Amino acid sequence: MIGMTPRRLAIVLGAILCVAASADPAERLADPSAEARARALFQETRCLVCQGQSIDDSDAELAHDLRQIIRAQVAAGRSPGQIRTFLTARYGDYVLMRPPFSWSNAALWASPFLVGLVGLGLLASRLRRTPPADVQVLSVEEDERLARFAREDTPEGGPDVHAPA
Amino acid sequence: MTAEFGQFALGLALGLSLLQMVVSALGRARRNAVLTGAGEGAALAAFACVTIAFGCLIWAFVTSDFSVLNVAENSHTEKPMLYKVAGAWGSHEGSILLWCFALTGYGAALALARGLPWSLKALTVATQGALGVLFIGYMVFASNPLIRLASPPIEGNSLNPLLQDPALAAHPPFLYAGYVGLSVVFSFAVAALIEGRIDAAWARWVRPWALAAWGLLTIGITLGSFWAYYELGWGGWWFWDPVENASLMPWLVATALLHSAVVTEKRGALAAWTVFLALCAFTLSMLGAFLVRSGVLTSVHAFAVDPKRGLLLLGILGLAAGSGFALFAWRAPLLKDQSAFAPVSRESTLVINNIVLAAVTTTVLAGTLWPLILDAMGKQGGVGAPYYNTVVGPLMAVAFLILPAGPLLAWKRGDALGVTHRLGLAAGVAVLAALAIFALVQPRQALAAFGVGVGVWLIGGALSEIFERAHAFRATWRESLRRLGGLPRGAWGMSLAHIGLGVFVMGAAYEGAWKIEATEVLSAGGHLSLGSYTLTLDAVTDRLGPNYDAEHGVVRVTDPGGAVVCNATPERRTFATGGQTTSKVAICPRGLDDIYIVLGERRMAQDGASAWLVRSYVHPWVHLIFLGPLLMGLGGILSLSDRRLRLAAGRRRGAEA
Repeated sequence: MIGMTPRRLAIVLGAILCVAASADPAERLADPSAEARARALFQETRCLVCQGQSIDDSDAELAHDLRQIIRAQVAAGRSPGQIRTFLTARYGDYVLMRPPFSWSNAALWASPFLVGLVGLGLLASRLRRTPPADVQVLSVEEDERLARFAREDTPEGGPDVHAPA
Repeated sequence: MTAEFGQFALGLALGLSLLQMVVSALGRARRNAVLTGAGEGAALAAFACVTIAFGCLIWAFVTSDFSVLNVAENSHTEKPMLYKVAGAWGSHEGSILLWCFALTGYGAALALARGLPWSLKALTVATQGALGVLFIGYMVFASNPLIRLASPPIEGNSLNPLLQDPALAAHPPFLYAGYVGLSVVFSFAVAALIEGRIDAAWARWVRPWALAAWGLLTIGITLGSFWAYYELGWGGWWFWDPVENASLMPWLVATALLHSAVVTEKRGALAAWTVFLALCAFTLSMLGAFLVRSGVLTSVHAFAVDPKRGLLLLGILGLAAGSGFALFAWRAPLLKDQSAFAPVSRESTLVINNIVLAAVTTTVLAGTLWPLILDAMGKQGGVGAPYYNTVVGPLMAVAFLILPAGPLLAWKRGDALGVTHRLGLAAGVAVLAALAIFALVQPRQALAAFGVGVGVWLIGGALSEIFERAHAFRATWRESLRRLGGLPRGAWGMSLAHIGLGVFVMGAAYEGAWKIEATEVLSAGGHLSLGSYTLTLDAVTDRLGPNYDAEHGVVRVTDPGGAVVCNATPERRTFATGGQTTSKVAICPRGLDDIYIVLGERRMAQDGASAWLVRSYVHPWVHLIFLGPLLMGLGGILSLSDRRLRLAAGRRRGAEA
């Protein structure tokens, strides 16, 4: 964190000055459960004019307006899904902090699982290989040292494979 | 004169690093021990020079020598001494000097290390020298911390007040020692690839360096997270911010490396993969430095703010990592994976650990770079915490569920039934804990209860493993104690790290689900209820700090019975230099929980009196979140002190005597 660029600092400071703006008592809904549903939506909604902040964190004017719109819709009984659809229709996918599953986001969502699957595939192919007769991993001299070492270093005898310089 | 002296030392360090690289490599090529010895000497001398330069910079900060540009921009005479010293690494230039200090420090330690085959050592020292040339060269020509000003100002610009904090003063040294510790692992990998031989012995030599870097990185990240928790006043401890991700990625890869190196060491398997991880770990360290230093991620357009430095750092990253991976592509086919293992074996669990960690690293990397990728396609966008939590959560859950079985399984072919039997108790306790949490804690949250259960499972698994090794309940207690005493420190270190992980998972799951928040505008005497506690704002007074003015609040916290839990004193500080305002959070620890109170902006109440926005949280079990990683770091240090890792050196001394 230290040594941030001035620009970055300005953004962090901006964020600190207007922290948890959504919690402001002057704005919130009278019904606590409706307010909680609205807060959950705020955390998923990007403040479009602030870098990387949700509208839950920001006190930018746009964030304030969006919060009031969402609160009004929650109070009117619209579901989170309906409100999300409304937001993306108006501002595009960028407004969501969690990008939706879509072809343009496929790389983002799929890459971790692709890495996982490739890894599992490699593991499976390795396991299927017929196990070769125990291959000499260490040289004969190293093996002798290993045996000697295992005697002195019970119960977990690691191989002492140090070769003198 | 000190600044000029320091500048001279830096120039000398650059020359010495160049010498270290050339002479060591030449010595290896000609099999000349005098030349490789000279290379080691150059490594020591380079470290001495960078130390002198670093000392000069700290001296300039301590004496508030504003004729040095860096001091004028980042210090102030009124700043407390600790932060004057810490200011030396508080800027871009200073932090690069700290980076080079660590880099040459590791180079010197490497030069002094004994028990390595001389050819591998010479090449490792040469590679470390090459890294030194790149980074010291960058510092001397593009980011010099000791440049003088023609007309020095009377007063400095001061260090950002948010950074004036003990945890944050210590955070960069730990983090950098961790980041740069991975450079040694990188150098070892490059050297082994050139030699074309990677075996059990190589893995044993690399392990202490990887362990040290991993432990320091763990502690550094924890300190940073702790700082964010109590200093930023956001009531959170991890934000998936690009800067945090930059430190998490090398940590994840270093964790994977520690585990795969064990397989290479004990079984001679996974050699190519271990080397690949060794290259990745330092590459991600450098990527982190580049992302943080260039400002490229804060705003995708900030790249243009300092294009020279950003591009230079990117060039260094490309050159170092590119040569490493090119070498890997060329030489890795030479590395043979010899030993086979069954699907149920310790190798398998460690490979799954590596697969999960690789997938998680990919998640963090993809999420961090996503704004850049979109920008290149002419679109705008980015990801936030919900993305990371959605992907990382399930992946890690898989690894955590398998983890306790790993240490209990035998190499090559494990006994699945036996392990199930030995872990039965731990599993039972974990399920009971999850059910109890689900039934008792309101509001009911199944996922969080599961998370707490997973934490208990990890702790129980680690304890079962210790009991198993001690033959507890099977042998006499005297025999069990004797066996416990005979356990190598490496085994204790591993168990401690796994217990720490469990502690962390419990805390993170519990705090995430059952944190309470309450915010009200209060005038003096007003109160709000926070869960079962009542918070009363008794008074707000003005107070003068060493370099700030503060509004000093006194908040009385009472429990349902009316007893006073604590008198919290949150502050709102305005710093004279720069005019920034920060919140000093007040924290009342209650067992594992924190009551967390922030004094916000001043407002007008309905009756015209002054009122303040008071934000408050209960963070239940939050102490576990910081305790867990601390235990993990301690586990690493404990493993490092294992005599088996020092045996090479000890044996040598014995042989010489």
